[in-house]
Amino acid sequence: MERDTSNVSLERRAYAIRRNALLMGEVQGQGYIGQALGAADLLAVSYFHALNYRADDPEWEGRDRFLLSIGHYAIALYAAMIEAGILPEAEIETYGMDDSRMPMSGMAAYTPGMEITGGSLGHGLGIAVGIALGLKRKNNPAFVYNMMSDGELGEGSTWEAVMSGVQWKLDNLIAIVDFNDQQADGKTTDALAQVPEAGRWEGFGWFAQEIDGNDMDALVAAFDAARAHSEPVPRVIICQTKMCKGVPFLEEREITHFVRVEPEEWARALTILDEDRPNE
Amino acid sequence: MNDASLSRRKSKYTPRTMPVSKNGSKLTTSAMIASLDAEGRETVAAPFGHALVDLAKTRDDIVGLTADLSKYTDLHVFAKAYPDRFYQMGMAEQVMISAAAGLAREGFTPFATTYAVFASRRAYDFICMAIAEENLPVKIVCALPGLTTGYGPSHQATDDIAIMRAMPNLTVLDPCDATEIDQATRAIADHPGPVYMRLLRGNVPNVLGEYGYKFKLGKAQMIREGRDVLFVSSGFMTMRVLDVAKRLQADGVDCAVLHVPTIKPLDVETIAAEAAKGGRLVVTAENHSITGGLGEAVGAALMRAGVHVPFRQIALPDAFLDAGALPTLHDQYGISVDAVTASVKAWL
Ligand SMILES: Cc1ncc(C[n+]2csc(CCOP(=O)(O)OP(=O)(O)O)c2C)c(N)n1
Ligand SMILES: [Mg+2]
Repeated sequence: MERDTSNVSLERRAYAIRRNALLMGEVQGQGYIGQALGAADLLAVSYFHALNYRADDPEWEGRDRFLLSIGHYAIALYAAMIEAGILPEAEIETYGMDDSRMPMSGMAAYTPGMEITGGSLGHGLGIAVGIALGLKRKNNPAFVYNMMSDGELGEGSTWEAVMSGVQWKLDNLIAIVDFNDQQADGKTTDALAQVPEAGRWEGFGWFAQEIDGNDMDALVAAFDAARAHSEPVPRVIICQTKMCKGVPFLEEREITHFVRVEPEEWARALTILDEDRPNE
Repeated sequence: MNDASLSRRKSKYTPRTMPVSKNGSKLTTSAMIASLDAEGRETVAAPFGHALVDLAKTRDDIVGLTADLSKYTDLHVFAKAYPDRFYQMGMAEQVMISAAAGLAREGFTPFATTYAVFASRRAYDFICMAIAEENLPVKIVCALPGLTTGYGPSHQATDDIAIMRAMPNLTVLDPCDATEIDQATRAIADHPGPVYMRLLRGNVPNVLGEYGYKFKLGKAQMIREGRDVLFVSSGFMTMRVLDVAKRLQADGVDCAVLHVPTIKPLDVETIAAEAAKGGRLVVTAENHSITGGLGEAVGAALMRAGVHVPFRQIALPDAFLDAGALPTLHDQYGISVDAVTASVKAWL
C-alpha cells in the first residue's frame, strides 16, 4: 500500500489505534495511554490519509519520513503501525517485555518503521531539518513529518530547528505538535508553551495552523493544506488534543503526564471503546 | 569481554513472541523507578526533598529549580513547602542551568534538578562555563543515575560520572541510600563550590544506618572489614556489595567494603592506604560505564601512588544498554548481587 486507498473510515482507524494502545497498556499494566488516546486521531490521519509508505517495506526510499521525536509516545505509534500492517498484531502481547521489538520508549534499532530514537526530547525537529535537506539533495519529493509534543516547545533545540527550517526554505518539512497542555510536572501553558501557539511559529516564518486535534475533518483539512501550501516555508500543524480521548472515565480523571490505570480498568476501557465502535 | 555479546538486541526484522520467564513471572519494563531493591528493606520517602525543606528553614539563600521534573526528583516536596523559592523552568535544561548560575551570582544557593542524562549531556556546556569555571555554588541534583530505568539509553546515565569528573572545580557525589542522601544534601549546601550529586528518589532504601555510618564530604569510609576482598564502591553498588559480602561469608570469603560517595575529589589517601594493606583482591563496584568512572579513577590513583595490587572492576559495559526490566538488565550487565557474587568467585 502506498497512500491508503481503502474505504475504511478514519474514525474506524482511530478506534483501532486506541484499541491497540489499550491492549498494549494492559500488557504492561502501565504506559503513556493518555497520550496514545489523545493522539490517535492525528495518527489515523497521518497513516491513513497523508503519508506515503509501503507497509511491507518500511525503508522504501520513496516513503514519507515520519519521525517520532517523543519516545514516550511509542505506544501510540506502535498502535498506528500495527493498524497500518507495518507491525504484526500478534506482537501486541510483547509490548515492553524483555526482547520485544516494541520497547516502552521508541528506538530506531528495535522497531521497523521507527525512524529515529526518541526519549531525549527536543531532537526530532533538528533531525527532520537534515532529512528534509537530504531529500532535496536527492530530488526525492517525499515529505518529512516530525511528531512532537508541547513539552518540547520548551527546549532551545526546538527553536534552533524552527529557525533553520526557515533559513533552508524547507517546504518538505511538516511538524505536528501534539498540544495536550500537559508535561511531566503539570500544564504546559503554566510553563513555556502558550495558547494560541501558532503566532510564535508564524513569527519565525512558518506556515502555521492550529486546530482541534481530535476533530477528524479539521485534521484532514490541515494536513491537506500543509502539503499543498505553495510558499517555500516549513509547515506546522498544532493539534489541540485531549488526553485519554475516547474513554470518558479516563478523560474525567485528574490528568497527569502518567495516567494511572488500575488492573481491572483496562478491560472496562476496552468495553467502552467497543460500544462506540465506528463503522468501517 | 566483548560488549556486543552482552546485548539481547536482535534484528528489528525478526518477529518476536511472548517471552517466557524462568519462574513464570511477568517481567515488565521498569520505568522511572521509585524504589530500588526495596523489598524487605526499610525505606525513607523522598530523603532529598525533605532534607532540602529542612535546610531552607534556616537558609534563606536556598532556592530550587527544575526542568519539568520536580515530581521525579523529589523537589516537589520543596516546591510545596516553599512555593515562592521554587522555579519551574519548563523542559529547558540549558536555561535552568544558566539561570541557576545567575541566581548564584546574586548570592543564592540554587539546587537544580533533572535526570542525570539531561544534566550531563544536554546542559554540559552550561554547567562547565557558567558554573564550574566560575566556581559558583550551584548544586545539580539528578535522578536516574546509571542503570536505574529500563527505558534504554535515552534515560540511562551510564556516562554521567565520566562526563562530570572531567570538569574542573566540580565536586561529584554518588550517594548510596536515604541516610546518606539526607546528610549529603546538608553537606553540599554548606560547600562553597559547585556540586553534581546523583540521586535515588521516591522510597529510598536505608542500609548504612545499621553500620553507624555518617557521611563526610570528600571522605571514603570503611563500612565493613575483611581479609580476602576489598570492595571499593559508590552509590547503590555499596548496598549490593554489602549483600555480596554477606553471601560470600557463607563460602568462607571475607570481604571488606570501602564506600566512596565522593568520586571527585577522590579520597586517594584512604583508598591507597586500604589497598596497600595487601593480601586482598581490590574490586571496584559502580553503577556506571567501565569507562571513566570510579573504577578507572581508583585504578589510576593506585598506580600513581605506587600501590600495585590485584585489581578488578564491576561496572556497566562501554555500550548503549538494552531496554527491559531492571532485574534482567542488572543480571545481564553484571551488577546484580547474583552477578557480582559470581564474578568475585571466579576471580578468587
Ligand atoms: C530533554 C529531556 N528532558 C526531560 C525529559 C523527561 N521528560 C519525559 S516526558 C516529559 C514531559 C514532556 O512534555 P510532553 O512531551 O508534552 O509530555 P506529555 O504530554 O506526554 O505529558 C519530560 C520532562 C526528557 N525525556 N527529555
Ligand atoms: Mg504534552
